[in-house]
Amino acid sequence: MAQLQCENLTLGYEGQTVTRNLNFSVDRGDYLCIVGENGSGKSTLMKTLLGLRPPMSGTITTGDGLKQKEIGYLPQQTQVQRDFPASVREVVLSGCQGSKGLRPFYTRKDYEKADRSMEKLGISQLSRQCYRHLSGGQQQRVLLARALCATEKMLLLDEPVAGLDPVVTAELYDLIGKLNHEDNITIIMVSHDISQALGQATHILHLASEPLFFGAKEAYLKSSIGQAFATIMIAGAMGGDLDD
Amino acid sequence: MINWFSTLTEYLHYPFVRYALITGVLIALCSSLLGITLVLKRYSFMGDGLSHVAFGAMAVAAVFSVTNELIVVLPLTILCAILLLRTGQTRKITGDAALAMLSVGAMAVGYLLLHLFSTSSNISGDVCSTLFGSTSILTLSGADVAVCLIMSLVVLGTVILFYNKIFAITFDETFAQATGVNTGLYNLIVAVVTAVIIVLAMNLVGALLTSALIIFPALSAMRVFQSFRSVVVCSAVYAVICAVIGILVSILASTPVGATIVITDIAGYLAMSLVGRMMGR
Repeated sequence: MAQLQCENLTLGYEGQTVTRNLNFSVDRGDYLCIVGENGSGKSTLMKTLLGLRPPMSGTITTGDGLKQKEIGYLPQQTQVQRDFPASVREVVLSGCQGSKGLRPFYTRKDYEKADRSMEKLGISQLSRQCYRHLSGGQQQRVLLARALCATEKMLLLDEPVAGLDPVVTAELYDLIGKLNHEDNITIIMVSHDISQALGQATHILHLASEPLFFGAKEAYLKSSIGQAFATIMIAGAMGGDLDD
Repeated sequence: MINWFSTLTEYLHYPFVRYALITGVLIALCSSLLGITLVLKRYSFMGDGLSHVAFGAMAVAAVFSVTNELIVVLPLTILCAILLLRTGQTRKITGDAALAMLSVGAMAVGYLLLHLFSTSSNISGDVCSTLFGSTSILTLSGADVAVCLIMSLVVLGTVILFYNKIFAITFDETFAQATGVNTGLYNLIVAVVTAVIIVLAMNLVGALLTSALIIFPALSAMRVFQSFRSVVVCSAVYAVICAVIGILVSILASTPVGATIVITDIAGYLAMSLVGRMMGR
């Protein structure tokens, strides 16, 4: 059974439809990349998958041992976080909060989990540092470690490399790939950066007002829509003016 | 110096001075703890708005000659706190606009009611003391202190018990919600506790100055400290020290209690900023 199955999903907010007839499924260990232009419903889909807003119609079912609240999430950075006084460890630990229910304090198990996550992402030495003074790439690693505390099964990444320089971007993609290969964590990623995304993804979902494509990466690259989009995006990335 | 000291010890023999110190410290402590969340969630003005609401509620209580004002003021303020939180979520009216409307509205209604219906012979005196804090902190009865003590302990307990949840929803509410934290419930708790604190703090420093107790400790601590826990501890200590100094100075120099505490807070903020700058932060 698929870990995540979306059937006839219609997405939107305040009565406005953004995307309709969305059908796709994600299996354990998949690396799904969601691409599409601004306003094509990528973020709305993210929020719906996370259970932050209900779909207008259609169903999302989780299976293969995955519960909806076990989807880890790497959000786009918000302004509040940038000046927040918090140590790296405090941020990572807060990822354990979702499974705690009403229990007020962290246990030894939670601390160990946080330490393991930090180790996996190579940020153990930063654990006492202040989050707001880290570089963008380090901050993303911290948030990834936090997401790992919330899940061992599936990660949703929302534009994980936005605003990072090319070297750090490559490092972060490597790290995400490693989590995918070595720990068999399912990755669902929203990205503008299709040239990089295509490198690692096993599946592509191309969104517009109607979903244009869903399937394996190889098939996408052969499809006309995939070829057209990839050319535009890569040319744009090289020109450097397709920032956001 | 020795003179001051002997005057102080003499004053401390009076129960009303001790009562004032106890309640002052407790209120300042509670406000500072909540202040961190409010400042970081960009709700600094929430304290200000709610204190205006509390002023309006106080006027209503006075008009109906309710002897124990708390019965009217507390539920009304809590209700407004919850409403403000709601508008922030639905975004029909943005949070700051709703807050501005509510706070001026409550002020106007409150003042009007007092003018039309108050039986007191000294309305402007009453209004002034509600707004800027009266010397009433020095006339607290044992029962007042007991109420304040219980409410402060409830607030402290709540903050300690929900410390980790509050961190999670303050740092990243979306993430917390996505991974299964009941953010609605904890936001509600924060709103209710904030309302309670503000009503308590009104007795100490007056409606217009309550938000100083909420924001200054957090902002000062953030100038120097870098982790959430150290900021929490530092603002608590800071708030207590400033409250004690403020109350003692106001007794010695016969200055208004509320304003003196706030001035102490401002001085403290400047000092902390300087320390922060020297540490290169």
